[in-house]
Order: sequence, then structure tokens, then C-alpha cells
Amino acid sequence: MHPMLKLLIQRLALGLLLLFASTILIFVGTSILPGDVAQAILGQTATPEALENLRREMGLNEPAVARYFSWIGGILQGDLGTALTNGADITQSLGKRLGNTLFLAFWAAVVSVPLAILLGVISVRYRNRLPDKLISAVTLATISLPEFIIGYVVMFLLAVKLQWVPSVSLINDGMSLLAKLQAIALPVIVLVFVVLAHMMRMTRAAILNVMESAYIETAELKGLNGFRVIVSHALPNAAAPIVNVVMLNLAYLVVGVVVVEVVFVYPGMGQYLVDHVSKRDVPVVQAAGLIFAGVYILLNTAADLIAILSNPRLRHPK
Amino acid sequence: MIQAVRKMPLSALAGLVITLLFFLMALSAPLIAPYGLGEVVGKVWEPSSARFWLGTDNIGRDLLSRMIYGGRTTIFIASAATLISFTIGSVLGFTAVVMGGWCDVLLSRFVDLIMSIPGLIFALVILSVVPATILVLILVMAFLDATRVYRLSRSVAESIYAMDYVEAAKLRGEGTGWIVLREILPNALSPLVSELGLRFIFMVLYLSTLSFLGLGIQPPSTDWGAIVKENSDGLVYGITAALAPAIAIATLAISVNLVADWVLSLTTSLKGGRS
Repeated sequence: MHPMLKLLIQRLALGLLLLFASTILIFVGTSILPGDVAQAILGQTATPEALENLRREMGLNEPAVARYFSWIGGILQGDLGTALTNGADITQSLGKRLGNTLFLAFWAAVVSVPLAILLGVISVRYRNRLPDKLISAVTLATISLPEFIIGYVVMFLLAVKLQWVPSVSLINDGMSLLAKLQAIALPVIVLVFVVLAHMMRMTRAAILNVMESAYIETAELKGLNGFRVIVSHALPNAAAPIVNVVMLNLAYLVVGVVVVEVVFVYPGMGQYLVDHVSKRDVPVVQAAGLIFAGVYILLNTAADLIAILSNPRLRHPK
Repeated sequence: MIQAVRKMPLSALAGLVITLLFFLMALSAPLIAPYGLGEVVGKVWEPSSARFWLGTDNIGRDLLSRMIYGGRTTIFIASAATLISFTIGSVLGFTAVVMGGWCDVLLSRFVDLIMSIPGLIFALVILSVVPATILVLILVMAFLDATRVYRLSRSVAESIYAMDYVEAAKLRGEGTGWIVLREILPNALSPLVSELGLRFIFMVLYLSTLSFLGLGIQPPSTDWGAIVKENSDGLVYGITAALAPAIAIATLAISVNLVADWVLSLTTSLKGGRS
């Protein structure tokens, strides 16, 4: 078998294994922890009858292993269970919110990825000079702040002081794409800040690494201008690590979304998850947690697959 | 060491002083806070004045006092979680390298598994069934963060374990305890101490995020993240009370980073690198 194909299959299998293991982890995290789930949901003042009813309803009297298999069996058939708080079908409520979240994450990626690469190229072109130092100072500052604080600073400046965009991001099906984009402008800006720093620094490092090579010197001696050398000679050879770090940051975006959605009251998965954690609605938390973990594992696996595919040494084995 | 402190660059010195001031503030909170934590002393969202230096919060409590008490909670929990995560992470990391074999494989794969789920999501899953007491928060944060410390200390110890002087110690007949404590630990200290600062900041951000989501510190106690949550409604009316913790967190984060950078450069120069 082609060695690259073998590596790809191995990595894919590892991803599936991790996905499976993460279902166990999430289940164990919510079920076998010290304390009674029913007690935690109803509080200390619950009557024994109410506790017994809830336990029966959640199937808590059955052994944990049996509960796990009925849960995972349901998931494989697309049935995520019903919410404890309002009895709604979780699959239905999640579907639309997952779409909203992916919509937000998608536009954040569309803005941040080209911007990060552009800034990386600029800071290499002017390395150790003013533009480089300025970019690195601003990106460092964004790393030192939690997402929700960047969110409120951006909201205060752009929505309250300048009044360019609304301060909350309510969207519904009836809105046109343009209106939707305007509504999500603030959360997208915040998410861009959150992932930009890491991507830009890795791009810079990856290009600088290539800039040591002899063929770069040739290109410079040929008389090409600075940007041309970087964009058409250095960048293509730095592509593999850059693509990898981009994918990793897209995975991180999925987590950053949770907090940003709460800040801007955006009707996505993150807000749904946080709401139901405080209501102690265990089936919803399990389902939403699993989807977040699944997307995260998927993107991480994709990052590794792309890294394997983009390695020319593996493409042409000796 | 003393010489190194004397040659400390100005930025690191400033970082160290500000960090120490924050810790001093945390320790002496009841002495320096002008009002009590839950005391309603003024009207809602008063602007800053001689009586209330930072103004008042969403139900008329003194914001400065709440920032001081909240900082105490944030810094205490972040420090405790960092210490526990470092103890667990580095002990297990060193053990994995020294023991090798199935012990290493088992620990490393388990850590991979924990890290395959985003930390915040995992914390939310756990906090949906256990009550968010201070002890639970510290343990959850420490447990999830120990995975990162484990990875770092394992990779650092791995390169040290391959050194000739470790080989020499083994041939001398030294036990496992000596090799870990006297050969590996002193040489692994430099990257670990620098990482300690970064992990501490990460803990501050992590705890603030959980509290902001309403799943961390519960009222009547408060911390910096909870202060943002309480006062966020005022932002739409142009009231900046919610941004006070932002400045505090950013200042603390940058100060600790400056010190961590200096520690890293210090220890590499002690090893004979460029000074």
C-alpha cells in the first residue's frame, strides 16, 4: 500500500477512536461523578417521591453501562434524546442552532485566515521594524484578554460609542444575507481577534524559517522586490505548517464561539449549551458537549490529514 | 541569582512589582477595601467620585471594593489551581519518562484523550452535574490544565533523561528518586517556572470565563468575571463599570508575561546560552 494512504487511514482511525472515547468521557463526566444527578437537578429540598420519579424518567435505576449503550444507540440513529426542562426534542432544537453557530464560525474564518496570512507576510517583509513590532504588540494584547472582555470592549466602542452596528446579534430566517452579516459583524470581529494572533505568529515563523534557504537568496539577488520574494517563493514552501495552524485555530474557533455567543445573545449552540448547564439539563449538555467535541476532533483530524497530504516527501516515496 | 536580579531589565522589574502589588492586594483585601463586599452604599452606577473611586455597580455597591475582593478570589483560586496542576502534571510527566514502557503509553494516551475535548466544553459538562463550589472549581481547572503541564514536563524530561550525566548517575547506582529530584528536576526548572506564569494567567482567564458564564464563582462571593457579568447591562447606556475587570486582567496578564519571559531568558543564559 502507498505509505501516504496508510498514514491517512491510520490518522482517520485515530480520529474515530477519539470520537468514540470522547462519548465515554462525556457520559462518565455526567453520570458516575460523586453525587446523584437527580438530586443535583432538583436541589436539596426535593421530596423522595420527586427524586424517585425523575430517576425513573432518566432511567437512572438501570446500570450505567446499559444507560450508556441506549444513549449511544440513540445518537447513532440521530436521536439525541429529549430535554428535561421542556421536553423538547434535542435533535430538532440543536439542528438550527448548529447552523447558526457554523454560519458565525464560517464568516470569522473567511475574514481571519486571509488577514492572518497577509499580516504575517507584512511582518516578515518589515521584520524587526515598526510594522512588525506594531502587529506583534497588538496581537499579544489580544492574547492576554479573555474572549468575553474583547467582546465587551468591541461592543462598547463600535455599538455604543460609534453606533455603527447593533449591540446584540439577533438573527432569524426572514433576514437577507446582508442583514444577517450586519447582525453578526461584532461577534465576527471578536472571533477574528481571538484566533488572529496565533495564526499570524505561526505564519510569520513559518515564512521566516523558509527565508533562510539558498533559493530565497537567489530570488533576492535576481532583483525581485521584497513582497514578490515572500509571496511567490517563500509562502508556497511554508504552506504546510500554515495550513496546519489554520485548521487548529478553526478548531479553537468552535470553542471561542461559546463565550462570544453569550456576549452578543446570538441564538447558537454555545448559548444553548451554557443555558442548559445552569438549568442542569443533563441530556442537552451531553448532546451539545458531544457535538462540540465532535467538531473539534473532526477539525483536528483534518489538520493532520492535510499536513500529511501536503508533505511532498510522503507523496513521492523512494 | 542575586547578580541576575540586579541586571534585571526594566520591563521585567515593572512586571514583577505590579504582580507583587496584585498579590499584596489579594492578601490584604479586607484591610484596604473601603467598603464591605456586599454593602449597598450608593445609588446604581454612580460615576467615579472622591467617595467611590471607581463609581458604584449595578445595585449601588462600591466598585473598587468589589474589584479588590473579586481580585482576591480570582488570584487565590488561580494560584491554588496552578499549584495543583503543576504538582500533578510534572510528577506524572517525569514518572512517565523515568518509568517508560506501558506506564508512559497509558498516561500519554489518557492525556491525549482528555485534550481531544476542548477544556471549556469539558468543564461545562462536569459543572452541569456538580455544584460549582470553590473546591470543585479548583479541582476541575487543575485536572484539565494538568494535561498541558504533563505534556511540557514529559517532553522536557525526555530530552534531559537522554543526557550523559543521567546515564552516569544510573551507572553510579542512584535510585529513581535521586534521578528525578537531583538530575532531572533542577535542569527542567527553567522552562517549567516560565510556564508556571503562563499557566497562572491562563487560569485567571479560564476562571473569569466560567464566572462570566454564570457557572464559576456564585453570589454573594464575586470575582472579576462575575463583575463583568453583573455590570454588562450598563454598557449599552455607556456605563463602563463592566470594563474595570478588563483593565485589571490585562494588567496582571502582561505583568506576569514580562516576568515569565525574563525567567526563561535568565535560565537559558545560566545554561551557557547567549546572555
